Amino acid sequence: MSNLPVSTESAEDKGQNETEGMFVTMTIANQVFGIPVLKVQDILGPQSIARVPLAPPGVLGSLNLRGRIVTAVDVRTRLGLPSLAETKKNMVVVECAGELYSLAVDKVGEVMSLSNADFERNPSTLDPRWAEVSSGIYRLEGNLLVVLDVSRLLQFDQSRAA
Amino acid sequence: MDDLLKDFLTETSESIATLDLELVKLEQNPNDPDLIGSIFRLVHTIKGTCGFLGLPRLEHLAHAGENVLGKFRDRELEVMPDSVDLILASIDRIKEHLAYIEQNEKESPNGNDEDLIKALNAMAEGKPVAAAKAPEPEAPQKADEPAATPDTSADASAEPDEFGFVPVRAGDIATLEENMGNTSKETPSAAEAPVAEAAAAKPGGAVPAKAGPEDTGNKLAAGASVADQSIRVNVDQLETLMTTVSELVLTRNQLLQILRGQKDSAFTSPLQRLNQVTSELQEGVMKTRMQPIGNAWAKLPRIVRDLSHELNKKIELQMLGAETELDRQVLELIKDPLTHMVRNSADHGIEPPAERLQAGKRETGTITLNAYHEGGHIIIDIIDDGRGLAASKIRAKIIEKGLATEGDLASMSEQQILQFIFKPGFSTADKVTSVSGRGVGMDVVRTNVERIGGTVDFKSVSGKGSSFSIRIPLTLAIVSALIVECQSQRFAIPQISVVELVKASPTSEHRVELINETPVLRLRNRLLPLVSLRKTLKLGEENIMAEGEAFVVVAQVGNSTLGIIVDRVFDTEEIVVKPVAPILRNIDVFSGNTILGDGSVIMILDMNALVSHASKVPNTATQMQTSASTQSARTGGKQSLLLFRAGDGAQKAVPLSLVARLEEIDRKTIEYSEGQPMVQYRGKLMPLIPVIPGMEIPKEGSQAVLVFADNERHMGLMVDAILDIVEEHLQVDLSTRRQGTLGTSIITGKATDVLDAAHYLSEASQNWFGEEEGSFEGTSSRRVLLIDDSPFFRNLLTPLLTVAGYDVTAVESAAEALKMQEDNVAFDAIVSDIEMPGMNGFDLVSTLRSSEGKWSKLPIFAMSSHATPRDLERGRQAGFTDYVAKFNREGLLNALHETLKQGGLRNE
Repeated sequence: MSNLPVSTESAEDKGQNETEGMFVTMTIANQVFGIPVLKVQDILGPQSIARVPLAPPGVLGSLNLRGRIVTAVDVRTRLGLPSLAETKKNMVVVECAGELYSLAVDKVGEVMSLSNADFERNPSTLDPRWAEVSSGIYRLEGNLLVVLDVSRLLQFDQSRAA
Repeated sequence: MDDLLKDFLTETSESIATLDLELVKLEQNPNDPDLIGSIFRLVHTIKGTCGFLGLPRLEHLAHAGENVLGKFRDRELEVMPDSVDLILASIDRIKEHLAYIEQNEKESPNGNDEDLIKALNAMAEGKPVAAAKAPEPEAPQKADEPAATPDTSADASAEPDEFGFVPVRAGDIATLEENMGNTSKETPSAAEAPVAEAAAAKPGGAVPAKAGPEDTGNKLAAGASVADQSIRVNVDQLETLMTTVSELVLTRNQLLQILRGQKDSAFTSPLQRLNQVTSELQEGVMKTRMQPIGNAWAKLPRIVRDLSHELNKKIELQMLGAETELDRQVLELIKDPLTHMVRNSADHGIEPPAERLQAGKRETGTITLNAYHEGGHIIIDIIDDGRGLAASKIRAKIIEKGLATEGDLASMSEQQILQFIFKPGFSTADKVTSVSGRGVGMDVVRTNVERIGGTVDFKSVSGKGSSFSIRIPLTLAIVSALIVECQSQRFAIPQISVVELVKASPTSEHRVELINETPVLRLRNRLLPLVSLRKTLKLGEENIMAEGEAFVVVAQVGNSTLGIIVDRVFDTEEIVVKPVAPILRNIDVFSGNTILGDGSVIMILDMNALVSHASKVPNTATQMQTSASTQSARTGGKQSLLLFRAGDGAQKAVPLSLVARLEEIDRKTIEYSEGQPMVQYRGKLMPLIPVIPGMEIPKEGSQAVLVFADNERHMGLMVDAILDIVEEHLQVDLSTRRQGTLGTSIITGKATDVLDAAHYLSEASQNWFGEEEGSFEGTSSRRVLLIDDSPFFRNLLTPLLTVAGYDVTAVESAAEALKMQEDNVAFDAIVSDIEMPGMNGFDLVSTLRSSEGKWSKLPIFAMSSHATPRDLERGRQAGFTDYVAKFNREGLLNALHETLKQGGLRNE
């Protein structure tokens, strides 16, 4: 269904290299995050999101992306940060286990090519809520990029049962 | 052609086609386990299916083949080139059979496969194969009948008799004539031929029915075989196609909606065409998934036939509307419920012939299955003309299973009682037969049907029969839904559950009223329970009364009806149900979500979950118990306890059922005799006992008294204040026992002394009534054995009976009692509890009654907290002399007294 030329299957094939290569960057609370570009289906602007009653915290609701229902997730809430009204304007659509999710972030950046040499494991002192959804850190010039582990970011039931 | 047969042929041809490629490899690599395995599976499947379809010849051949292949597979036999030949020959023979069956829809009656079977059996036994024989029916015969070889014709000749129909092939006519001639002579061997099962397939047809040449013509013309006419498509593929079409339907709807708002648009006519084409496409795609419901019924005639034999009933199964088509997915899901219901009708519904004749009915009972379309739904009726559902039987069963109490049932309508057949664990069959009565039944049926958005309804007329009606959507993919709004959010309610819409406002006829914050609606003289969507979905503050106008969607789910309060109601839309994202799947009130015509995403409400949500809401009104007189003694293992304060100020409790009345007595009326306080009460003197001995009684004010009544005698227990009545599980810690107390228990979060009422009773008797009044005449030496597993009751009853003048021995189990019987301990009467761990009261009494000893004739009294008329009956049947409710102490004493007075000397 997606119009993006990249197929998600190749992302699976290169699973072991998930932490290396092209990343879509985004900012949340002035922190730069990255998601492997092959996992990203789409970048969305403001959308009308239908709230889902009784949904666990962090789920903003559902939206219609070209006939597919996409669940919108507030990454801020998942990271233990206060939610912002305008976060719903910038979203990165990712696929996880055949389902589409749209991750609401403060700002969507650019696509970056990163080298494995700059990659590091999570520092042991990282906030556990962050460590849980981060698969590592890239040292960039001037700042650091946290690699978001999408599948763990979307694991709601175990980590925070509503 | 029979669909089953068609499926069988398609499937088998495919497997054989695959095998053909691999069979060649078998020669090169005779011991390839994978290959042997797949041949084995094919042959095994053929064997199984043949048995079912009534194709004995193929079955036997396949069976012999399977034996050998099984041994190869398990490496009990080595695969030799010879054996490969034999296997190939068998496969070829199977192919021939299949080709014949495809042409004629039945097995060739001609010829047999003894040659192959013998060879196969020999091989299975490990004997060397007569190699020459094996490849005999190779290519040249291909489509022709193997029976053409004269040596087999003799055996085959027996078969026309068996089957009642005859060979068809031109080349066989000659053989046939010969066969016919031989028939009489050969018949005995037919009996031996293990083909009897198939005999029923075609009842006595005329002899040389089809002409050979015509048949050959058919064959040539047919060209493409059944297997070629259909292709197999992965269900997933169809599923994707269906989804895509569904999307198209939605887009079309959207376009049409836009068009409706515009006049004279240039799009009108192309859109109409699009509309039409889309509808056709949708229909076409749906058709690929449609199957006649008859497929789900195919096995039923056989099941009913077997059942009628097993149950010695005469049952006729009528099937109407078997061609009604419905979605394959739905079909699969209702197959089992349908089978179950037909079994139920046969087992429970239809009476034995004698009973039917007596009732003035036809000897043969009829079960009718009727399927038809009705407005986007399929209705399947299962009707029997049997005895109907007996409300009395169901009622008894409900009580036995503890699904409801006698009291609950008394307030229910017959229809409500009948609904219990849908409860888990319910089955009215007296015996567990192989047919039904395992307690998994109608509840599973209902769950399955409701899972696919259907409903089950039923009517029953006692003596006339019952009729179940299953209503299911045509397809699961597209459903019609009512769109409602609550707090500016829209939701879809599946149309199938919607009965009507009611507009409620404080001024109109329909008004939402509250019972302890539970909203209800008066609708045609009935109270309709309401669920507020706002509250259930936590959409906002609940404020029904101030709200003014509201819409109530009256929904029927199963057999319960309830109203859902929403803010607005829009119209109905066709929606495509999509599953919700995994992270939202644990929210049970949504069965899915969908995209509406305007592109917005909305959630679909799961009505079943809403109903269970609604019934889960605790009804605080019923938890508060206020009236002592209407209390039932025990509810579900809990006991009503009267809490009071006395003496040391600690909270105390006594079972409410022991208390006859609560009185306030003016202390000025208290008189003393020998230091014993007493009061004139109902024309008699009632002794007053302080809870703590020697307690000071003030001279002024009023005194709270718990009145215990016992055999016209009264005793007043003086307490400081009556606190409350609670329902609690009484768990007494007996180790802290002291005089007058059974122990301490935690009630309402406080340590509470549970009073031993019997202690005070005996105190009052001894102190006040004296010896001569306290005991019944001539009963002073009566020995009573008391069996009760509950220390509470042993402690309560032992003093009570002692006070009444009996010599009581208390034991806590039936086993102990039986041991005393062995030890020849003598008693005059036995009082036994019913529910006890280990052996229960019923079993105990049956054991005693059937024993040889002195105890077999003793009066035995049952004492139980369940004292319904049915229990009484069961108790008497088991051999109890009398059956007394546990709290009816007076009744127990009377029963003992009366029985021992009348037949009191029987044991001496």
